[in-house]
Amino acid sequence: MTEREERRFAEVPRESIKLMAESSGVELSEEVAALLAEDVCYRLREATQNSSQFMRHAKRRKLSVEDLNRALRWSNTETICGYGAQDALPFRPLKEGELFFVEDREINLVELALATNIPKGCAETMVRVHVSYLDGKGNLEPQGTVPTAVQSLSEDLLKYYQQITRAILGEDPHLMKVALLDLQSNSKIAALLPYFVYVISGVKSVSHDLDQLNRLLHMVKSLVQNPYLYLGSYVRSLVSSVMYCILEPLAASINPLNDHWTLRDYAALLLSHIFWTHGDLVSGLYHQILLSLQKVLSDPVRPLCSHYGAVVGLHALGWKAVERVLYPHLPAYWANLQAVLDDYSVSNAQVKADGHKVYGAILVAVERLLKMKALSLTLAAEGSGAGLPGTTTGAVGFRENSPGLSPPSEPLSEPPLGIASHLQAGGAGCPWEEWTPVSLPAMYCELYSFFGDSLAVRFSTGPPLGGATPPGPCQPLEGRKEPASSAPNLENTRKMPQLTASMNISPRQDGSPRMEPQPPSLAATVPGRSLARSSSSSSVSRSRSSSSHPGRSTSQSRDIFPKARFPLPQAGPPAFSFIIGGRQMGRRCQGRRFQTSFTPTPPLTTHPPRAYAHKLPVIGRVSKPVRRWTCSHYSLHLPL
Amino acid sequence: MCLWCRIRQKNPKKKTYYAAHVMTPLLSAPGEKMAAVQDAPMELDSEKETKPEILSDGTSNLSGNTASGTLSSPPLTAGGAPKQEDQQTLIAVLQFLRRNKLTESVDILRREACLEDQEDSQTLDGSGGGKGDGDGGDANSLLSRVSIASAAAPQSTLTPIPVKSEYDQPDVSVVLSAYSQQGDPSLYQVYYTGLKNFIESVLDCHRAELSQLFYPLFVHMYLELVYNNHETKAKAFFEKFSGDQECYYQDDLQILCGLTKKEHLKGNEALLDFRTSRFVLRISRDSYQLLKRHLQERHNNQIWNIIQEHLYIDIFDGMPRSKSQIDSMSGSFAGETRREVNKAKVFYGLLKEPEIEVPLDDEDDEAENEEGKPKKKKTKKDSMGSKSKKQDPNAPQQNRIPLPELKDSDKLDKIMYMKESTKRIRLGPENLPSICFYSFLNAYQGLTAVDFTDDSSLLAGGFADSTVRVWSATPKKLRKVKSAAELNLIDKESDDVLERIMDEKTASESKNLYGHSGPVYGVSFSPDRNYLLSSSEDGTVRLWSLQTFTCLVGYKGHNYPVWDTHFSPFGYYFVSGGHDRVARLWATDHYQPLRIFAGHLADVTCTRFHPNSNYVVTGSTDRTIRLWDVLNGNCVRFFTGHKGPIHSLAFSPNGKFLASGSTDGRVLLWDIGHGLMIGELKGHTDTIYALKFSRDGEILASGSMDNTVRLWDSMKAFDDMETDDFTAATGHIPLPDNSQELLLGMYHSKSTPVTHLHFTRRNLLLAAGAYNSQ
Repeated sequence: MTEREERRFAEVPRESIKLMAESSGVELSEEVAALLAEDVCYRLREATQNSSQFMRHAKRRKLSVEDLNRALRWSNTETICGYGAQDALPFRPLKEGELFFVEDREINLVELALATNIPKGCAETMVRVHVSYLDGKGNLEPQGTVPTAVQSLSEDLLKYYQQITRAILGEDPHLMKVALLDLQSNSKIAALLPYFVYVISGVKSVSHDLDQLNRLLHMVKSLVQNPYLYLGSYVRSLVSSVMYCILEPLAASINPLNDHWTLRDYAALLLSHIFWTHGDLVSGLYHQILLSLQKVLSDPVRPLCSHYGAVVGLHALGWKAVERVLYPHLPAYWANLQAVLDDYSVSNAQVKADGHKVYGAILVAVERLLKMKALSLTLAAEGSGAGLPGTTTGAVGFRENSPGLSPPSEPLSEPPLGIASHLQAGGAGCPWEEWTPVSLPAMYCELYSFFGDSLAVRFSTGPPLGGATPPGPCQPLEGRKEPASSAPNLENTRKMPQLTASMNISPRQDGSPRMEPQPPSLAATVPGRSLARSSSSSSVSRSRSSSSHPGRSTSQSRDIFPKARFPLPQAGPPAFSFIIGGRQMGRRCQGRRFQTSFTPTPPLTTHPPRAYAHKLPVIGRVSKPVRRWTCSHYSLHLPL
Repeated sequence: MCLWCRIRQKNPKKKTYYAAHVMTPLLSAPGEKMAAVQDAPMELDSEKETKPEILSDGTSNLSGNTASGTLSSPPLTAGGAPKQEDQQTLIAVLQFLRRNKLTESVDILRREACLEDQEDSQTLDGSGGGKGDGDGGDANSLLSRVSIASAAAPQSTLTPIPVKSEYDQPDVSVVLSAYSQQGDPSLYQVYYTGLKNFIESVLDCHRAELSQLFYPLFVHMYLELVYNNHETKAKAFFEKFSGDQECYYQDDLQILCGLTKKEHLKGNEALLDFRTSRFVLRISRDSYQLLKRHLQERHNNQIWNIIQEHLYIDIFDGMPRSKSQIDSMSGSFAGETRREVNKAKVFYGLLKEPEIEVPLDDEDDEAENEEGKPKKKKTKKDSMGSKSKKQDPNAPQQNRIPLPELKDSDKLDKIMYMKESTKRIRLGPENLPSICFYSFLNAYQGLTAVDFTDDSSLLAGGFADSTVRVWSATPKKLRKVKSAAELNLIDKESDDVLERIMDEKTASESKNLYGHSGPVYGVSFSPDRNYLLSSSEDGTVRLWSLQTFTCLVGYKGHNYPVWDTHFSPFGYYFVSGGHDRVARLWATDHYQPLRIFAGHLADVTCTRFHPNSNYVVTGSTDRTIRLWDVLNGNCVRFFTGHKGPIHSLAFSPNGKFLASGSTDGRVLLWDIGHGLMIGELKGHTDTIYALKFSRDGEILASGSMDNTVRLWDSMKAFDDMETDDFTAATGHIPLPDNSQELLLGMYHSKSTPVTHLHFTRRNLLLAAGAYNSQ
């Protein structure tokens, strides 16, 4: 017990006391020494404890000699001198015995005083400001540097700005790429942000030049992706520039040879990207975007390309946006579109082609809407009644795999920024204030009445997994996520949803970065699947196989689009059949022939459909061999 | 000759009127005697001082104790105890006198008290039993008294010694004499073990509550052993039971275990504190009954004595508290808060802002509109709303504390403030503030204190080398006022006279203020930015002019290190607290303190003014927080729950809540109105030296020695708490363990402990600390 006690504190042995007494010429008896030793220990402890408060108040972790001296001084004890040096005191061992001591050298004061090398004064105490965290986000610059956010514009920065803008807006594609990359990763350009934003707002002045518009959009993208930049309220300005590219009837779009569609698609993707990554910076941004998109959509005076932009914009913002804005507006819009599409006059050819563009875009949007809605319902159903093991496992399988297949930025639930609640709360004059969710079957029925068989999304009871169970409908949806090794009855269903697996209006330019990252899992599964498909569906056109090279397909569609349009009038009876070729995320896919509900039976004209299919522009649709449709059993199944 | 005369004779120096005072009532009826004692509580301490003499009277320890017991029994019975007890006491006195062969006194006393008959019979009864019998009777009566008194007035003291200790700082030996021999030292372990076994065997719901007894009993028993020179027994006792104590008492145990000699007890302030204050326990009635029954059955007088003499058991009706509830409130030096302490009404509301016309210049508005119109409108409305707002029902009278009149410059500043606050960013969980870190570089001498002015234009640092340095946080340099001779040459009528009085030659980014002779532990700017206060180890508080950068006043009074000082939000007053365990309220134009707030049992480490300037809060090394009323100097709130010295305090801007941070790395939140702890924010790993609420109170920022700034969702913490009068009555509420939910962000500095935090008027967070190169 006493041993433990001794270990707890440093003890001064009585021998030491005796020695010390002797050194000052006092002889102590054993008893007195023992008592003194004990008292000394206690006083030492007391002094140490008292000194700790000086340490605490000095906001230090280390007890200093000075602290102890202060404690001693306040208890009227002589202080200890000579140990105030900052550097550590080395303990030296004594050769004989386990004794360690601090060397106490004698210092010649005269020498010290006469020494000429007077130590230089240490650096002045100063205060430096560092913006450590901006809006709760870390400022990654080294401490002590002036934060760029508050930095004034230096010569170098101005030079940089000139070089970058010159490179991006210049002719050299390689230079542009380099500039964009740097813009994306440079951490020191915060001060230039307003300048870049200003440049980008120049979209309005270059609306005749698709190339320039494209470059500016890329610039937006680089800025948005730069992790060091805090966009703040500049987001608004960037969004308005992007919206301009999406919605405005650009000067460039007068010439049908200009592929402004691609630009719009890209801008829409960019919009969704900005929104999902920076939407939190500006409150009500979502609301505002939706409002302006809706305004354009409901304005019949606007050209079709604007409508197209609105649709792809909504599509890019997610299926909820489609559900709330596009879907309710569809009946009204349909009449106008129908009129355009039904007008076969030559003068209308251009407009009609645009109309088909819009048609295709709407189709893609609503199909995704249906798909996602079904999915969310399935998930909800699964969440509430997780009684059936078959469903649950299926759903789990889907969950695990879904991040790869469905766009990651597409949440099944409401967007996480309180935007949905904001919508539901209904800002003043919010048109979808009264919006009530439409049930999936009702929605499907209505959409089916518009699109007929063009609607690739079907609801199937499918071969149920665990017997005749109601949650069957989810199978086609979850089926596709199942690994290929799953039950054979999933084999056919698995392919079906691939029709819409690529929801996004795919970027058609190689250089354009993907907003929604490609699922790596697909790359692995695609070859086998496409093999299987090609063997099973040899008769079906493979027109869209070329789409595996998006770059080429773009140029093709650009060249060929007019050609495909002009032969039509000669083709006698107005008939239109087209193939919306799916460009899947994977490599090879086949086009699929669709019959629009408003055309009579498609007579095979001079060109086989295949040819058209080959030439028609692509709206991100994934094909499905026709034969497959007959094989599988589809029906409208209500997953409720 | 009567006993009292004897005493008086022994202390010729003592003022005689005491003896007379006490004597007279004694000679008259017992009822009157009580009244007299109560009338003059202060006089008791002189009575106390007589005690040592009695002790050294040559009688044994044992009898000395009895003497002290009997001597002070009058106040005991004073609390309206029945006559029966009164007589018992008298009998005890008589017994004592007789034993000491003071027959004369016995006779006098008997005559005076008309006790003869009963006394005789009593003595007959007790003649055989002797002392043992008397003890037993005494214990029983004490038991019954405890139950009565606990139900009745808590103020009425149950036992003699604490009465005195409560009234004044006692003489050391008097306090310690309470520890004189009371039982067989070898049985202490048995007693303690018995109680331990009992507590461990009771129902779970009571166990946690009764376990609170362990620590105070342990300490008192240990000290008793030490006091009675049973060193080895004390060591054995400590060794055996120290491991059972709660971990948060570790620091105290550390001190305790160093104490093994009676002589050491005398010099140890910490233990004196423990003695002078009664350790407060809060126990539900059921648990208490259980304990009482047990001790009665076992006749465990030793423990009962300690409980009665040194503990205060605050009994409440209701569910026994859980372990976590107890743990959240305990940990202080003197146990928990007595409920009635926090019953006083606190006017925590804000004072009405003076009406000041704000000229709204349109240029400013237009610039603002870029940010977004709806926001702008909203803030405007807010400021309008607050203006037209009527007096807050919880606010004190506008003139409850005389406040300085607003000067023109103050009004200008108010206008600036309002303008700035319209541009304020509304913070919230989704909208966290940006943080600017002010790093002190090359602060070899040791940065000990930092303060910002309210408008964030100036920054002051106190250093361990006794200097105070002031920096300008804006591009505007610091200038001194010209010398008197030069001032004479100035055209005093000119418009820019204020500019002209400044000496351009002295312009610099920082100024040093020399004057202290010890580390500067606290600095505080006056709200008008004209003055700076600094408190130092040298025992003074100094007031510096920021016009001339010279020292104006040195306030002496603490005599010991002054740990902290803080200006009132309205200027003029300031508070300081130091090693002498008191906080003092000063006015800048008085060289002596206006109020002395005494009550803490250890150093006052931290002082803050309430936003309405009517209250002062102090945090102490005794791990408690006290709120003092500036008007009358009363302690109106007493908060326990911290497990370490408190080093930071912050009021919420609305004055309703208080946040406190301590060395244990926890931030506790308190509801001032109800006097309750309402939140615990865990996360920091080292002492919290800085706490600050954002300007609107939505966010609490805490800065610590662990090199982090953490932001907490204070709105949520406050909203989640449902405090009503009912919960306030029980004195405790269940605390949700939601630190992680409330933590909005954690921000690291590289190697800089955070010593100060400040929100600018636009809600930018400024943090300051000295860069630590090691």
